[in-house]
Amino acid sequence: MASRVEIENSSPAAPGSSHAYPSNGQAFSAAEKTWRERITKARFPSARTSSGLELDVVYTPESIKHLDSLQDIGLPGEYPFTRGVQPTMYRGRVWTMRQYSGFGTPRESNQRYKWLLEQGQTGISVALDLPTQLGLDSDNPEAIDDVGRVGVAIDTLADMETLFEGIPIDRISTSFTINSTAAILLAMYVTVAERQGVPPEKITGTIQNDILKEYVARGTWIFPPEPSLRLIVDTIEYCIRHAPRFNSISVAGAHFRDAGATAVQELAFTLADGITYAERCLDRGMKIDEFAPLISFYFYTHNDLFEEVAKYRAGRRLWARLIKERFGARDPRAMMFRFGVVCGGSTLTAQQPQNNIVRVAYQALASVLGGVQSVFTAAWDEAFAIPTEQTAELALRTQQVLAYETGVANVADPLGGSYFVEAFTDRMEREALAIIERIDRLGGMVPCIQNGLIQKEIAAEAYRHQQRIENGDQVVVGVNKFTREEPERRQLELWELDPALGLRQREELSRIKARRDNSLVASTLGNLRDIARSDLSLMPAIIDAVRAYASIGEICGVLREEFGTFHEPASI
Amino acid sequence: MRLRQVESKAIRILVAKPGLDGHDRGAKVIAYALRDAGMEVVYTGLRRTTEEIVKAAIDEDVDAIGLSILSGAHLALTEKVIAGLRATGCADEIAVMVGGTIPPRDIEPLEKIGAAAVFPTGTPLSAIAPKIREIINSRRGQPQMAPSRD
Repeated sequence: MASRVEIENSSPAAPGSSHAYPSNGQAFSAAEKTWRERITKARFPSARTSSGLELDVVYTPESIKHLDSLQDIGLPGEYPFTRGVQPTMYRGRVWTMRQYSGFGTPRESNQRYKWLLEQGQTGISVALDLPTQLGLDSDNPEAIDDVGRVGVAIDTLADMETLFEGIPIDRISTSFTINSTAAILLAMYVTVAERQGVPPEKITGTIQNDILKEYVARGTWIFPPEPSLRLIVDTIEYCIRHAPRFNSISVAGAHFRDAGATAVQELAFTLADGITYAERCLDRGMKIDEFAPLISFYFYTHNDLFEEVAKYRAGRRLWARLIKERFGARDPRAMMFRFGVVCGGSTLTAQQPQNNIVRVAYQALASVLGGVQSVFTAAWDEAFAIPTEQTAELALRTQQVLAYETGVANVADPLGGSYFVEAFTDRMEREALAIIERIDRLGGMVPCIQNGLIQKEIAAEAYRHQQRIENGDQVVVGVNKFTREEPERRQLELWELDPALGLRQREELSRIKARRDNSLVASTLGNLRDIARSDLSLMPAIIDAVRAYASIGEICGVLREEFGTFHEPASI
Repeated sequence: MRLRQVESKAIRILVAKPGLDGHDRGAKVIAYALRDAGMEVVYTGLRRTTEEIVKAAIDEDVDAIGLSILSGAHLALTEKVIAGLRATGCADEIAVMVGGTIPPRDIEPLEKIGAAAVFPTGTPLSAIAPKIREIINSRRGQPQMAPSRD
């Protein structure tokens, strides 16, 4: 192959030939040089991506001549996976459409999930309320205002049973956005699956289980980094042994991004977190080829379409190289950077809110052109509240139109080979790697989080971005350009939380506490305390406590006493 | 004799995250912006109870508390902070303002329970500092006037 290309490159292009490529390299270089001299005289403004990277006005074969078509770009489903993790991509199977959803009590959320599945959704993404994410029971005074608000309230195994009533766990994959209390939610899910007759080795889905970004951006931390990392390694180890089809960690950059990080920072910080988790698993004695296939990733797709595409292509190549070269993996599955995305978030605007439909659609397109595995498209009214059934449906239809009407699913990595996309993929990879190397020199992500460095960099970037919007450097349609009076804003039909739901949840919890075997609860919690003081895996003890219907608050109460809590560094 | 306005002491603001919500991009951006506008800003960090916020506001001797809430719990949390200030007799000295994911329908109820200002998603930064200054100056009474030295 290589020699044939050389022969063609050295032969002069035939005049009038229909074969425009490959052409005579020298002739092209000369032509490009002349062209560039000509356009330099014409005045045109410079352009930068959302991460502030300067863009050329056009990209040509010259822009990618340092790239090797096999080693850098390759083929879909093959190392370094620049062009995708599956050989046939969406021709084989369309991406998973997974709308983040959940609110109120398990009863309401169970109904919403069934409705979403009837509408053609292909996986469930469980949004949990803040008390559940923070290990507080619904009757805790600190929790009362937040019960069922941004997600569903789960106190005990009984709630998880209700949440999946009538939903066949063996036929759907379920994603839980849960971090500090991920081990407990996993224990509950495994138990409910078993009671439906589905053994752990058959369950599919994901727990987010990524504590490091919580300290930086999302805020649902409980324990300090060390015991939190121990819990994470315990869950990964459990899944390798018992639930090998379940993704035990989804390393999330999304929250860095929504907190203000640029696309480059998002990619770099996320992979640096991934490196930290990999190192902790290796410290435990696990093999890279054994646990790395269970690691997946989660990002925000924002508005800069080609930068997003390049971010995902660069992420695949960079992660594959890190896992292979730094950790010595041999199994290609270990090197695969599989990822989900959320479209919406901080790019949604309260002004002219229906413009958000268009933003989310373009973001979904960018994600798919970037080779995504699962997509959550936010509803346009999420700048105000949890979506209504109508807006949630429109958000799902946005993906269905993309998948089944536009034809984007027909060809794997359709932008591969584009001079711009390849050159910019390379640029994103180099920029992200430079940040990862800097974090390495500073001792890794844990010290950089403990001293507030990452938090400060992201907050400064968020402020810079806001200033760019305010001074008009960054156009946001309906916000600082093409604005108008908005008489209809006070008449939006928005979702409202039924205030009785919190009360019902608390009543349910007291019923469970009255009905369960409280001496069994006490003994399983006592055992959990003993294990917490040892260096054994916490998973079996957590599963025992969950099966005895111990509540999240009780289980976390023991762990809080043993592990202490995280102290936030100054971050502004 | 001419009079000139004496620059009153800098406005002090406590930017606070009540409840369990951990999203503090907005809180931090506001803190930076108010600092750039010449105010003194104290940020509580995440997950403060309403009691802690009231105590911090009194200890730090601030003119106003800016609550940042994205979880939807803004009505209950704002009410508790204002009640806490009233219970300690500080409601007249410390104004309470609320920002975050606030649906339009909740702006009036927030104002009714005593919020001095509401800054829902989409409020331009440039509008916030002048509004705070206006509220604080009117609460501090008329701008102080002093004889000019020249």
